Amino acid sequence: MADDPNIASKVIKNDPWYSSYATRAEQMRASEIRALFAVANRPEVVSLAGGMPYLGRMPFDKLADQLGDMLRSKGQVAWQYGSAQGDPHLREDVLPIMELEGIKDVQPDDVVIVNGSQSGLDLITRIMCDPGDVVLAEAPNYVGALGVFQSFQVDVVNVAMDGDGLIPEALEETILEQRRQGKAVKFLYTVPNFHNPAGATMSVERRPRVIEIARKYHVLIVEDNPYGLLAFDGQTYPALRSYDSEGVVYLSSFSKIIAPGMRVAWMVAPPGIRQKLVLANESAILCPSNMSQMTITTYLDNFDWKSQINDYRGMYKERCDAMDEALKEYLPYCSWLKPKGGFYIWLQIPKGLNAKDMLPRAITAKVAYVSGTAFYDNGEGADHMRLSFCYPTPDRIREGIRRLSTVIENELATVRLFEPDSGKERG
Amino acid sequence: MAAKHSKTPRQQTGGKTPATGKAKTTASVTMTTVASPDATAATAAGEVAKRARRTSHRSTRESTPFTKDDVLSLASKATKRADKSLLVICGGLSHERDVSISSGHRVQGFLEEAGWTVHVHDMDSSLLPYLTDEKTRPDLVWPLLHGANGEDGSIRDVLEMAELPYIGSRAKASRTAWSKPIAKNVVRMAGLHTPHSVTLPESMFRELGVEPVIDMLLGSLGLPLFIKPTMGGSAMGCTMVTEQSQLTQALINCFAYGDVALIEQAVTGTEVSVSILEFDGHPLVLPPLEIWTPSGTYDFEARSTPGPTEFYVPARLDAKTTQAVSDAALTAHRALGLRDISRTDFIVDAQGQPQFLESNVAPGMTDTSLLPQSALAAGYNLPELYTALVQSVLNQKRTD
Repeated sequence: MADDPNIASKVIKNDPWYSSYATRAEQMRASEIRALFAVANRPEVVSLAGGMPYLGRMPFDKLADQLGDMLRSKGQVAWQYGSAQGDPHLREDVLPIMELEGIKDVQPDDVVIVNGSQSGLDLITRIMCDPGDVVLAEAPNYVGALGVFQSFQVDVVNVAMDGDGLIPEALEETILEQRRQGKAVKFLYTVPNFHNPAGATMSVERRPRVIEIARKYHVLIVEDNPYGLLAFDGQTYPALRSYDSEGVVYLSSFSKIIAPGMRVAWMVAPPGIRQKLVLANESAILCPSNMSQMTITTYLDNFDWKSQINDYRGMYKERCDAMDEALKEYLPYCSWLKPKGGFYIWLQIPKGLNAKDMLPRAITAKVAYVSGTAFYDNGEGADHMRLSFCYPTPDRIREGIRRLSTVIENELATVRLFEPDSGKERG
Repeated sequence: MAAKHSKTPRQQTGGKTPATGKAKTTASVTMTTVASPDATAATAAGEVAKRARRTSHRSTRESTPFTKDDVLSLASKATKRADKSLLVICGGLSHERDVSISSGHRVQGFLEEAGWTVHVHDMDSSLLPYLTDEKTRPDLVWPLLHGANGEDGSIRDVLEMAELPYIGSRAKASRTAWSKPIAKNVVRMAGLHTPHSVTLPESMFRELGVEPVIDMLLGSLGLPLFIKPTMGGSAMGCTMVTEQSQLTQALINCFAYGDVALIEQAVTGTEVSVSILEFDGHPLVLPPLEIWTPSGTYDFEARSTPGPTEFYVPARLDAKTTQAVSDAALTAHRALGLRDISRTDFIVDAQGQPQFLESNVAPGMTDTSLLPQSALAAGYNLPELYTALVQSVLNQKRTD
């Protein structure tokens, strides 16, 4: 019996502010997939989903001593507001890192420190793009960048890539097509090294060609390079920024090579853009965290970071090899490109399967991946999944792929049962 | 699978007569035979129905409804709250882990606000040592695990083995409610309406062939259909099918969540949810809550994203229908043998008949969940309402 069935009905709006949101918030919705990932962090689940660097070999004991000294001597600076452009000491420290990839003409004043590359992407999109503007990007595209572009109501136009990265001819064709449609192409967003999620690296031959096309059509390049130092064989590739100081905004980060928890990345941009970035940074966050920046400089100044990165390269190679071997054994009918560095394998699953629809089955089997659909904003990508090998040990990777093979086989059986025509060409 | 089924309703009286003349606990209802009762489900339902009939002979004292004053009175007797150690278990490995964690933390917050000492624990390998160690053993457990292991009775079996009192339905009743086909059969035997349905495992399609089974399915139930996993919550794996071409994909989606699909005739009407709190057998039926979504479907996104969904409390139904749906919820609660807390979902069809969809033994307790919304709309203070529930269970000195 209800308390009083005759009382007047009142409306409770699930969100009383729903009608007040900006249009750009429209895409910010909960999803079953996001909810499923809550399970992925449990130790029982082999997570091949997250791109978390392995930090187990960091010299934390020694670092703690150094950080203690830093706080004792500079605590009042570390805990104080700082410059919107970033700590000058850190801006100097990043120069030799960039030199490893051929960027040798940068001064500390050219550098802007940001709260992780994600913040840098937000800033560059904020200052360059109006709603409806076009950003060109490789397809598939980094999911974090897609989120930023969506939030600024930018149209993302895909440019084809292959095992050698972005295809220059496709880039030119796409720019021309956008021009024909009267669209304003604001920039090309590219991850040239060990692409997330595709794993591909833009060949050295293609790089000057991409620069040439961008110059020809006056299209800015935003080069996102978090993985450039993580080639398994230690090779580095010339950054696009090393070819062109006026037409490239360069983004790199400490997240994959030192500590994602610090949220410290940096940008190098032509003077006009750099000034806007500093002002936008100030508007968004006032200043990057002094504490985080000084933690990074303490590490860079006191430890052999190059050897540490070398150590990680070897470890990631071992894990990539483990995943590659496990895929060959358990999922030989899938296809993938074995990367030469970075964190990811982009796995193509048998025709007819949908990686997004299959995820609940995978979570039940205690293995997690990211569906390829996350890397497109147009619903494509269901025939791929991103597998991360950076965090789990080789044994766990092998077990994860074994579980995944069972999931795929069971899903294949279900799909073949209900939609036999969709899977005729499966391996 | 039976291709034909009787559509002739027969009258049956369910439920029981309340002690007070305030309202009937259960209306006279019609019952329609099941399209194709799963044999196991039917057997289980028969057992549960026997229990339900026994339950219906509870003393009149037990069925006296609780009032707001009773809640306040009970809560006021909860002294020395900080001395009691309460444990909320949430998280787990189910697909609904995220929702469960949100529920657990909300309940913890309200109980702490009321002055209780509350700890939260995930369901993992450190839980049993926590439950059994003298230093940490709680006085009372509130399991707020959603999905498998939470609502299927498993954690409750563990708590019973540990001889820890807990809030909520016992393991057997939880298992009954957790299986939607069994629950439908039980409430049907108790006199409630529920949409015609069939329960088909994936293996049935494999063995008999997809096309003939689908042909028979469509011939028997027609369109539109609602496909859902037989076990699970938060609308995960659920799809409304309005065209035949959508059916196979809906089944594939469903089988990604479980091996067995419940395929129901989709009933058009008002979606209503009724939450019940029970204080040592005395029910407090919260006002029926009506769910309105722009799409007409209260799917995962609508449940989990604060958005355009609107709730009406009480539901915009006439007094007679409001009473009928409240009575139906109490009938389901009792027929399924539920205890302490439940939420039952209905569609009120065009004829004003509540059609039972499912009962939940661990209803969501998040900010956007239905039970808290109903309670707030009815004027309850959540810290005191939850306190009354805790105090009620503590007073009972349960040994299970």
